[in-house]
Amino acid sequence: MAGQRVIAAVPRGTLMGKSLDLLEGIGYDVAEVRENDRKLFFDKQGIITMRPSDVATYVERGVADIGIVGKDVLMEQSDRDLYEVLDLDFGACRMIVAVVEGNEHASEEQLRRRGTLRVATKYPKIAQKHFGQTGRQVELVEVKGSVELAAIAGMADAIVDLTATGITLRENGLVVTEEIVDCTARLIVNPGAYRLKSEEIDRVVAELSALVSSNSGG
Amino acid sequence: MSSEESTRLGGASVPETIPVPMGTRDVLPEEMAELREISGRALKVFTQAGYGEIATPALEYEETMRLAGTDFAENVYRVPDKDGQVLTLRFDSTVPIARLAATRYRAAEPPLRFCYMQHVYRAIEPKRAESRQFLQIGMELLGLPAQAGDAEAVELLVSVLRESGLTDFKIAVGDVNFFAERLATAGITGAEKERVVHEMHTRDLVGYRRELAATSVGKADLESLERLAIARGGRELLEAEGAEQLIKLDSLLAEAGVADNVIYDLGLVRPLSYYTGTVLEVFSPSSGFPLGGGGRYDNLVGRFGRELAAFGFSLNLERLHLAVLAEQEAGA
Repeated sequence: MAGQRVIAAVPRGTLMGKSLDLLEGIGYDVAEVRENDRKLFFDKQGIITMRPSDVATYVERGVADIGIVGKDVLMEQSDRDLYEVLDLDFGACRMIVAVVEGNEHASEEQLRRRGTLRVATKYPKIAQKHFGQTGRQVELVEVKGSVELAAIAGMADAIVDLTATGITLRENGLVVTEEIVDCTARLIVNPGAYRLKSEEIDRVVAELSALVSSNSGG
Repeated sequence: MSSEESTRLGGASVPETIPVPMGTRDVLPEEMAELREISGRALKVFTQAGYGEIATPALEYEETMRLAGTDFAENVYRVPDKDGQVLTLRFDSTVPIARLAATRYRAAEPPLRFCYMQHVYRAIEPKRAESRQFLQIGMELLGLPAQAGDAEAVELLVSVLRESGLTDFKIAVGDVNFFAERLATAGITGAEKERVVHEMHTRDLVGYRRELAATSVGKADLESLERLAIARGGRELLEAEGAEQLIKLDSLLAEAGVADNVIYDLGLVRPLSYYTGTVLEVFSPSSGFPLGGGGRYDNLVGRFGRELAAFGFSLNLERLHLAVLAEQEAGA
């Protein structure tokens, strides 16, 4: 069974550059993937690219054997049958609760008076779990685009979102009131490939693991 | 489809459709004939091995599931009955067959061998083409303990897969006890154990290593448990790790000539809590999803009134069919 190809799912967007660096570091030919912005399927190179929230879907269905994906996506899609094998130690960001600056107490008051908070997010599962675990009821409003707007425009008392630098939040006049979890990029594996290509998968995991530790060491 | 769209697609020849619930579908003659063909061959393997085909009601009392101690209750379809009792739509076949065997076959000489082909229902919200109704074919072997029972089941599984026309497949085999024992030996118990096992259940190896590191186990145990979670291989792996029960099973499988179809996976755990020993999952390169799974459940039948060691597996017939077709296409 040795020598089977391991097809990799790579997220487009902020995680893409570093993901390709890592794959290049273990022998994938990524030159064309870097150059070609529109092509999605790189058969010869064994790489497919997609929006980050779709990576888990393609890997779960076995179209790709492995994938690189943010922990935020994995937490939001926690019902998927996937192996999460490695913390790739890049793409660090935080899942946070934020409110409009100056409204920190207003939302507490809202919770006291109405008994519930209105929260906008792209991550309803994570938000529901966080507020549930901290004993607060919330009404979730799921949005697809810039979540900050929901708070600024007054549609929600608070937002749950992912932030790397906090710049967008600050520029929109929001302040972080709670930290939910730290997220980094993870390596995921399809359960079938995990058994059917176990040697190749183990080799990829070992090489990526070595690469990640040498990167963080240097 | 709107009438405007149907016009664009060629007018009156495209009929308006009346939808079926998401996650369900019609089966048309061509596919149905092929499903009959595959299931017929599989059932023949079962019956020739002495397994009697049975069917259980699509509706069971929720109380039956409660007796079984099933912990997966959130995905069960429930309907209130007129008398106030709650009915559930068949979630799997193992629990109803455990009920049937413990009650109707209370005095029958073991082992008992049953096979079945019936639909099961899952109350999920299908977003990724999952089915809410799917056809399972499978077996339950009651009253034949490990490893003889495990070996008979694996052997039968290999025969069924081969007879259905599938050539390339692997059965991942693990042992839920072995993993638990190793944790206990390392001194991981109670809440710590639950946290570690939870990470294994969710297949989060990053979380598993994090939870292990948070325990007070020494470096040697830590490394050996980290290795164990991802340990996959053949006989040599079992010997290196001292997995005695699986070594016994492997010897039986080697005698039966099916050891090559198995890959041992010492980190394999199955989400259902009733498994007590050997567990397995079936994989094919022609399918992104497992084709089926099963395992040993020695305490379940006893909950219905008769202590019987048991082993069962089920295959998703539609997935198996698609995998066979994909192999044929790739080979053609």
